[in-house]
Amino acid sequence: MAHEVSIRITGEAGQGTQTIGDVLCRVFKAAGYHLFAYQDFMSRIRGGNNFFEIRVSTRPVHSPRHKQDLILCLDKASVDIHKKDLATDGILFLDRAASKLAALEEPMFDVGFDEISMRIANDRLYINSIACGLIAGVTGIDFSIVTQSLKEVFARKSEAVIQNNINTSRAGFELGMENPHKEMFTLAPGAKYDPMAHAPLLLDGSEAIASAAIQAGCGFYSAYPMSPSTNIMNIIAGRSAQHHIVVEQAEDEIAAVNMAIGASFAGSRAMTSTSGGGFCLMAEGVSLAGMTETPIVIVDAQRPGPATGFPTRTEQADLDFVISAGHGEFARVVYAPGSPEQAYYLTMQAFNIADKYQIPVIILTDQFLQDSIVDTAALDPGRIPVARYVISKQESAKISGYKRYALTDTGISPRAIPSWFDEVMYADSDEHTEEGHITEDAAMRKQMVQKRLHKKLHGLLSEIEKPTAVNVENADVILLGFGSTLGILQETTQALEKRKVGFVHLSQVWPFPSNEMLRLLSDARMIISIENNAQGQLAKLLRRETGIKVSKSILKYDGRPFCLDCVIDIVKPEL
Amino acid sequence: MAMTANDFTSNDPIAWCPGCGNFGILTSLKLALARLGTQPKDLLLVSGIGQAAKMPHYIKANCFNGLHGRSLPVAAGAKMANPNLTIIVTTGDGDCYGEGGNHLIHNIRRNLDITVIVCDNQIYGLTKGQASPTSDPGMVTKVQPEGVSAQHLQPLALALAAGAGFVARGFSQDTNHLAGLILAAIKYKGFSLVDVLQPCVSFNKVNTYDWYSKRVYKLDASYKPTDLNAAFARSLEWGDRIPIGVIYSRDKPARV
Repeated sequence: MAHEVSIRITGEAGQGTQTIGDVLCRVFKAAGYHLFAYQDFMSRIRGGNNFFEIRVSTRPVHSPRHKQDLILCLDKASVDIHKKDLATDGILFLDRAASKLAALEEPMFDVGFDEISMRIANDRLYINSIACGLIAGVTGIDFSIVTQSLKEVFARKSEAVIQNNINTSRAGFELGMENPHKEMFTLAPGAKYDPMAHAPLLLDGSEAIASAAIQAGCGFYSAYPMSPSTNIMNIIAGRSAQHHIVVEQAEDEIAAVNMAIGASFAGSRAMTSTSGGGFCLMAEGVSLAGMTETPIVIVDAQRPGPATGFPTRTEQADLDFVISAGHGEFARVVYAPGSPEQAYYLTMQAFNIADKYQIPVIILTDQFLQDSIVDTAALDPGRIPVARYVISKQESAKISGYKRYALTDTGISPRAIPSWFDEVMYADSDEHTEEGHITEDAAMRKQMVQKRLHKKLHGLLSEIEKPTAVNVENADVILLGFGSTLGILQETTQALEKRKVGFVHLSQVWPFPSNEMLRLLSDARMIISIENNAQGQLAKLLRRETGIKVSKSILKYDGRPFCLDCVIDIVKPEL
Repeated sequence: MAMTANDFTSNDPIAWCPGCGNFGILTSLKLALARLGTQPKDLLLVSGIGQAAKMPHYIKANCFNGLHGRSLPVAAGAKMANPNLTIIVTTGDGDCYGEGGNHLIHNIRRNLDITVIVCDNQIYGLTKGQASPTSDPGMVTKVQPEGVSAQHLQPLALALAAGAGFVARGFSQDTNHLAGLILAAIKYKGFSLVDVLQPCVSFNKVNTYDWYSKRVYKLDASYKPTDLNAAFARSLEWGDRIPIGVIYSRDKPARV
């Protein structure tokens, strides 16, 4: 019996690794297991080598492992690339005939995918379903769960196609059941869900952000397609009619951000998403939102740069950039969610904070988070109630002598929406008077800078999202990270819990939570920052804002996410 | 009660040079708004940067004065979010045809109900006299001391090629004629472009009031603005004779 199994499905782009992964995630979730899954894919539509990895467990899991218990190869190249990652006693499945292998090495098992698909369905299309059945058989899942998941995934297909999927999958399942090593990978019983309770969801970063935006009442979304942010646009567009959201594909990222600003000015909650390269083009828009005090939510789903970099891979190297992008000085907030669940709640909060302070709010994610799938407890949209902070249509009738940029103690001017009241309003990217007209007056300039920067920051400091801190007191080593490394920090700490390891994770990186960090880290014996970039940007920021120095940085900048085992191996010798 | 141009006057002092062609355009726009009769609260004027981009401040209407070249995306976002607003963009040849050229092409394709008035003085005024996309070849400037070598962009032909349903050209000195063009453009359901020939008295010493006055002629009743081929021919007419009036107007489905 196993409590945890790591599975990798690999093949060329276009061979269906993602479909197999999606079905298996549904199967394992329905069978009552926790899982963490992510995808590694190349910037191509066909060929190359992609993989989909699922870590299934009887307890919550949040990060990928290095060694895989089961590797399923859909082509010969996959065998050569991935056999080095097979765990001791792990097994590798392949199609010997299709791979044209003369002989099989010890941990390899031949699955005649092609032959089975042709024999049962008279078509080569069903390799994916055979693969799903095979993995379910080896891990001891009830076949009825596989049937149900296939029916869900292929709901739009004809009855005959669904039946072919089920029949071929059963053949794969039987092969899995017969595997001599099966016992090692058969999972201990999963949880039984109370049918009356909310079942957990399978949530990835893109789905989390898109659902939260819809829940928050986003009325306008404009973007230019760019990996790894594009799925957010795909998801919102797919649900736009139902939720009355205007989704506009912009001609470029400059247009995307400016359109969102226009929509926000005209009364909608507005959002745009991109990756670092697109965010470069949006920098002027960030500055415009700051100057005109127009609320906007921007997602930067990071990928490795500079320039085009690795389009489909992951990095955390835009931190320095997003906290300062856009010329001039003004208040902004940058969130860095650590999981799809955090991404959901922080996206909802981003809309409220953007509206309340009339500022740009940036959600900093990366490919790893966007494409990571985790089983997540049912989401509670009521946790972050929607608050618009605009003068309502009813109240607007009472407006008299309106000044868009009226000076106030908080730096926040009451926000009216054009056409909702009988007067007119002026907004300007030039320095302006309270009325919004262009001015070059020195005293007014100073007051407006204080309004946009100092006064708003003062309010924002009281609303900082607290870092997650675990086992920090008396720890010999405190791990430090932000954004998508939360799962790695959590699980490394768990794995080394008897050795006095703790962690601090920031889900808000700007305004920097200096007071909290001083409280948590001033007495730390040893701090190790764990970052997916080449400079230790968080460590540098920590030092700049608090004077605290980390002892060491574990940096990964090869475009791939951290895996749990590797981090544990690096941290252990420090204890 | 009928509205007058004065109903659209703001209290913001005007910062243009004396004699600027923009004064005529401002007058025409206010005349057109008075004839249109839409309340100031339901109007939104959007602009970018340049002398023309200051115009919304001088009009009593809602105003978003954004970044250089970006008036059209802001206007498009505002229109999609709040279709009840009547949206007019005031922009210049540098703002609209230079910095914002890509936005022009794609907002013509979007065909939202937006009117774009391009104050086209064939020069960069705010930055003190460099060539613009519509400067005539040979014009000598501080940055082009040997004369402009690039071709003169034909914005009306560009708009027609991108699929614009309403394209017109006016002259800032003929304010009544221009007011009529602007009113027709606003009433047109869809994207409308009015390119306005406008002298820059400070920096353009070639294309003066006199230069334009000798060349412009009004399209007469025999001209059929629904004929795209004829419109292309007129849109490219430039030099000794320059047509003003509605070059092309044809109904097509607008988005909002």
